[in-house]
Amino acid sequence: MALPVRRARRARPAAPVALLVLAAVGAAFFVVPLIGLVLRTPWGATWDQLRSPEVLTALRLSLLASASATAIALVFGVPLAWTFARLNFPGRAVMRAVTVLPMVLPPVVGGVALLLAFGRRGLLGGWLATTFGVHLPFTTIGAIIAETFVAMPFLVITVEAGLRSMDTRFEDAARTLGASRWTVLWRVTLPLVRPSLVAGAVLCWARALGEFGATITFAGNFPGRTQTMPLAVYLALETNPDAAIVLSLVLLAVSLAVLIGLRDRWLGSS
Amino acid sequence: MRWKAVASFAVAVALCSSCGSSAPASSSPSAVGGTITIFAASSLTAAYTAISNDFQTTHPGSMVKVIPGGSSTLAAQIQQGAIGDVFASADQPNMQKLVDAGLVAGSPSIFAHNRLEIVIGAGNPKHITGLSDLAHSGLVVVLCAPAVPCGRYATQALQKAGVTVKPASQETDVKAVVSKVALGEADAGIVYVTDVKAASAAVQGVEIPAGQNVVADYPVAVLKDSQNVPLAKAFVSYLLGAGQQTLARYGFTGP
Repeated sequence: MALPVRRARRARPAAPVALLVLAAVGAAFFVVPLIGLVLRTPWGATWDQLRSPEVLTALRLSLLASASATAIALVFGVPLAWTFARLNFPGRAVMRAVTVLPMVLPPVVGGVALLLAFGRRGLLGGWLATTFGVHLPFTTIGAIIAETFVAMPFLVITVEAGLRSMDTRFEDAARTLGASRWTVLWRVTLPLVRPSLVAGAVLCWARALGEFGATITFAGNFPGRTQTMPLAVYLALETNPDAAIVLSLVLLAVSLAVLIGLRDRWLGSS
Repeated sequence: MRWKAVASFAVAVALCSSCGSSAPASSSPSAVGGTITIFAASSLTAAYTAISNDFQTTHPGSMVKVIPGGSSTLAAQIQQGAIGDVFASADQPNMQKLVDAGLVAGSPSIFAHNRLEIVIGAGNPKHITGLSDLAHSGLVVVLCAPAVPCGRYATQALQKAGVTVKPASQETDVKAVVSKVALGEADAGIVYVTDVKAASAAVQGVEIPAGQNVVADYPVAVLKDSQNVPLAKAFVSYLLGAGQQTLARYGFTGP
């Protein structure tokens, strides 16, 4: 009779009260600003605000830019994560640190760095302009690059962690059965780290959607071209706070919907 | 025994919460001291830093903190409850917002005027001589966003000159316009005379004739929620008096 009781206790771990209190404070820290936003929302004017061309333009641009940034991050970030996880080469630690630097760098500093690299007088920018006629600052592509710069590290470290923790014996088995390196990567490695891939892509997308500092510094602010939702919110706050609150709410709803939706679908609802 | 000690401690704390502000006043009634926070339009940054340094020397024991920002951003922050003592705006509408919201003590006074100038790269590589040149295609022009005073003034000046400009970007404050030109990303922008003066050697200015120019009024006011009204008032009167010389040095004209 003693055994089932012990099992029941183990199934529900005893929580120290202090821990729960701290957790509640931590949760409130995130919930209270949300409630503040919802309480201050001028619901009567919401529909009109939402239908205004400025909001739709900013929302469309935000979705396009954040999706493009995520796509670019997947194309270049997954190989980078694989390189960091599987190859031993001198300077790997430094390379890795440089790659995740945008996560801790103030985004405005990132924007300045991008200007110095891809601006008209930047390291590569001048060459891009004279050779291909490509100008990145003040363009939508510039906004996408700014978002990619800030958001891609989230994908790289998530996928790298997934690659490091996976069981490499499946890869070895596939190799001994005659699969090429490429086949192993596509048929074994990537499917096994799919949860990390999805989580990394979602994190990357969410960060790109909220990007402000690097975008305004590198790409500037122009409606329909580089004015994404966060920039529109910032400017609206100065002239029309009600519109800013509605815009914030839209951004919040879109992000929350995608985060919850993707979690349930691909990562399991636990 | 124990709760008595706690109670007496609580009384001591309660008494002491008021002693911080009353102690300096009781030692010499006319002296002002303590700290004030000034919300100042971005275009005032350099001048206000100099003025607050002078003010701190002539008013020993006082500490002035300048928080620069776009006038509209600052007005919005004050409306959302940012605590400060003085607000200096680069235009009347943003000051009026705070007056209407009942956040200003007394009435604002104009302490300076500013004019617009075209900011260009050093050496004038694009040969810009006036507002009409800004309409050329292939020229990268950045302006302030229409919500920001410098953006509204720039629109007025361009209207007066009958020029239509397609800006590459609408920056959120005037310093961002200057830095885009200084970094070489933009060829020209419309900013205040004072910004060109305060900027690095990487940029220079092209005058806008009086007929096309716009005069910006700079109002200043003590905020209603000021925690240190005597010092805030002292700062405003210093600004209208001895501070004028410094303002002139930075390119502002007197009221």
